[in-house]
Amino acid sequence: MSAAWSDALRAACLFALDPAGFGGVNVRAHAGPVRDEWLRVLRSLLPEGRPFRRVPVHVTEARLLGGLDLAATLGQGRPVAERGLLAEADGGVLLLTSAERTERSTIAHVTAALDTGRVVLERDGIASRQAARVGIVALDEGLDEDEQPAAALRDRLAFHLDLRAIGYRETREVPAGCTPGRVDAARRALPDVVADERYAEALCGAALALGVDSLRASLLALRAARALAALAGRDAVTDEDAAGAARLVLASRATRLPQTETEEEERPEDRPEDREPDSPPEERQEEGIPDGPLPDQVLEAARAALPAALLDALLAAGGALRSGTAGKAGAVQTSRLRGRPTGARPGELRDGARLNVIETLRAAAPWQPVRRAETQRGRGAVHRSARSARVEVRKSDFRITRFRQRTETTSIFVVDASGSAAMHRLAEAKGAVELLLADCYVRRDRVALIAFRGPGAELLLPPTRSLVRAKRGLAQLPGGGGTPLAAAIDSSLTLAHAARRRGETPLVVFLTDGRANVGRDGVGGRTRAREDALQAARSLRVAGFSTLVIDTSPRARPDARELAETMAARYLPLPQADAATLSRAVRQEGELAAGTGHAAA
Amino acid sequence: MAAPFPFSAIVGQDEMKLALMIAAVDPGVGGVLVFGDRGTGKSTTVRALAALLPKMRAVTGCRYGCDPDAADDRCDECRERGRQGELGSRTLPVPVVDLPLGATEDRVVGALDLELALTQGEKAFEPGLLARAHRGFLYIDEVNLLEDHLVDLLLDVAASGENVVEREGLSVRHPARFVLIGSGNPEEGELRPQLLDRFGLSVEVRTPEELATRIEVIRRRDEYERGPAAFVEKWKRRDGRLRTKIRKAREHIHDVAVSDAMLEQAARLCIALGTDGLRGELTLVRAARAVAALEGADEVTEKQLREVAAPALRHRLRRNPLDDSGSGVRVERALEEVLGT
Repeated sequence: MSAAWSDALRAACLFALDPAGFGGVNVRAHAGPVRDEWLRVLRSLLPEGRPFRRVPVHVTEARLLGGLDLAATLGQGRPVAERGLLAEADGGVLLLTSAERTERSTIAHVTAALDTGRVVLERDGIASRQAARVGIVALDEGLDEDEQPAAALRDRLAFHLDLRAIGYRETREVPAGCTPGRVDAARRALPDVVADERYAEALCGAALALGVDSLRASLLALRAARALAALAGRDAVTDEDAAGAARLVLASRATRLPQTETEEEERPEDRPEDREPDSPPEERQEEGIPDGPLPDQVLEAARAALPAALLDALLAAGGALRSGTAGKAGAVQTSRLRGRPTGARPGELRDGARLNVIETLRAAAPWQPVRRAETQRGRGAVHRSARSARVEVRKSDFRITRFRQRTETTSIFVVDASGSAAMHRLAEAKGAVELLLADCYVRRDRVALIAFRGPGAELLLPPTRSLVRAKRGLAQLPGGGGTPLAAAIDSSLTLAHAARRRGETPLVVFLTDGRANVGRDGVGGRTRAREDALQAARSLRVAGFSTLVIDTSPRARPDARELAETMAARYLPLPQADAATLSRAVRQEGELAAGTGHAAA
Repeated sequence: MAAPFPFSAIVGQDEMKLALMIAAVDPGVGGVLVFGDRGTGKSTTVRALAALLPKMRAVTGCRYGCDPDAADDRCDECRERGRQGELGSRTLPVPVVDLPLGATEDRVVGALDLELALTQGEKAFEPGLLARAHRGFLYIDEVNLLEDHLVDLLLDVAASGENVVEREGLSVRHPARFVLIGSGNPEEGELRPQLLDRFGLSVEVRTPEELATRIEVIRRRDEYERGPAAFVEKWKRRDGRLRTKIRKAREHIHDVAVSDAMLEQAARLCIALGTDGLRGELTLVRAARAVAALEGADEVTEKQLREVAAPALRHRLRRNPLDDSGSGVRVERALEEVLGT
């Protein structure tokens, strides 16, 4: 049996032991038999009768939190609260489908319930507190590291599984001890399991060594160690349990390689093995736990379980991923803007607001008896029968539909960092990016930055609206080298497509003199490079993204203008572009882009 | 729901704890914003504050918890009753009210009592969260995710100290003075400048990096979760001491002197930092005075100014896109410049 599958089931056992205590499991997998099998095993391990509720991606706030049950309220003549999914799942499990696309506001409700164990309802004239001790299973179907459930959620989930590399055949085996009976027994024994203080120390130390910042991880690991002991029928945590906990909880969160003395020798051996697809690296740790003092053992166990992909990334980055790099600090899950209505709010009917008829009637319904009584008093009893059939709607009932702002723009800056003027231009672009971000809260825009020089293009800042992240991303400003324009256009295209998939309107801004001299293959040569660049430019035009070319050459040359024409981009010669002018130009273009994008939608 | 984690058992995070204590001593400082890393106990600390606050006196039978000693800041009902005779009073815990993200407007400002309307056809006002938070604290976790229209509404009420509701021909106004406490993670998005400015103090929390501190955090948290009642009992005396400290500081704060020299230092500091408006200066002095009161000092000195400069000013700095250093560092630099090292 593969180590990955055995780990996945072990995590299921622990989670089933105490769903609310462990927060949950992030299951990265494609929809398919492996994931279904894992879910089946999990359900079989949960005590019978525990709720297991599914939350659709676009769940409404009312369904999630609960609110006024209008039918029952009108039927019974008194306010009747309707329970939401969170309260319904109390004591059980809540399944978030396509968690990587779940709205940030939905995530916020879920994390609030995880933190407090209850739902605080302050809606539709109802105030109540309901127990919501739930565990979350987040089904994460993200394709790459950029697409992940919100970091705020993942931080609270003890286990992060990746089932993508597991074959269906492997799932036929179930490790010993992974039976409902054992889990039940362990659940009863759990409160009495003790853990020596040195285990807390070892797990904290391991978390620090792996660059796991959040303290929740260490706490969850300590709980996992206890649960592992309970599962093995012990009443005290052993070294083996602590090592297992580090492996299950800490390894998947690592952001840097632990600095051990043996590292130098281990590196070359580790890498080829980790890359071997048929023999996962975890296998060699199956037999037992490493020797040595406890903290080292715990750390080594976690290290052995580091996902191969992460290990590669860590090694490539020289041992440490900057927090804030895409996928680690977590793709900031901003709202998905598809012009979708996102509920209703009280408001007046003006400025083209759209009345939400159903919500307005809902708001008016409970007040009908009061209003009728009032109207009758006012008019005398003459029209009683005639009036009573009418629904009395007043201005204060009006509910207008809130839409996601369809004008959200993602401005992708593609900055030429080649040659001597590179530093200067990058600094300008950086200034413009920050100026745009400074008022991003109001405008709900996002900004990304690609720099190109030498052999290729590099994504310096993935789309973000956070100044904090932007500052981190912009800290590095490489400059000098050739001009690989084609590669830059290609990566901007990829980014723009991704933005469009999220329902945003991408705007691509090139800051370049247009003089390409490095081709797609990374080889120099002006003619070839130019052809490649124009070809890439044509594909950008075909895709139909709004584009702006800012010519940064000191004297106007035909290169950049030709590039702009090929892309069907607006051309703006700006030899002395300062940050303020730049941001103004981009803002104008962005409004235009949002306008056309809107009309096309 | 188990008793909250004791305030005094929170390891480190001194700036956050001090800022909350300042707000408890002098609510006029105007709210605390806690921004920072995940898993640093932001909301734990805020919720712990509730247990720490000395009780307050309120008018008997008043739904808004009006202060019996503040004759000109009462709800209509109390004003009416006050005219007729003496108002009775009772002691109440200071409210710390959670504003959940999914709250609808009617529950925040208050609306007609649905139950009465349905069962008896009567129109009666049911106070909302703002009324419940009067004279206490209103806490918004993940404040940067709060809906815009709710933000506007809160700003309105926080500015006027009064909540006005007009609905179904019912017109209600009642005092709503509360200390706004917000927490969040800056990576989830920035806070709107208007809201940022409403907070008197802004605290940045970081995950502790020393192993010993981290172990201590985990140890206490674990102990609490395995036996909340026993843990709270163990820390009860320390929490009690803090409570006494807050109570004494509240009585003492009016006697704390602020010399002209200190006022000048505060002004120079704000000029050096280029903070907008006078609000920064005012908050700086008030917060320093609260700290002095907490310490039992009779006078504000540079020591207290230094202590509160970062939380009072860091969110009021003008944004400088080309300065990468954190706002805390910029405040430090200005402190050195103005007050010397």
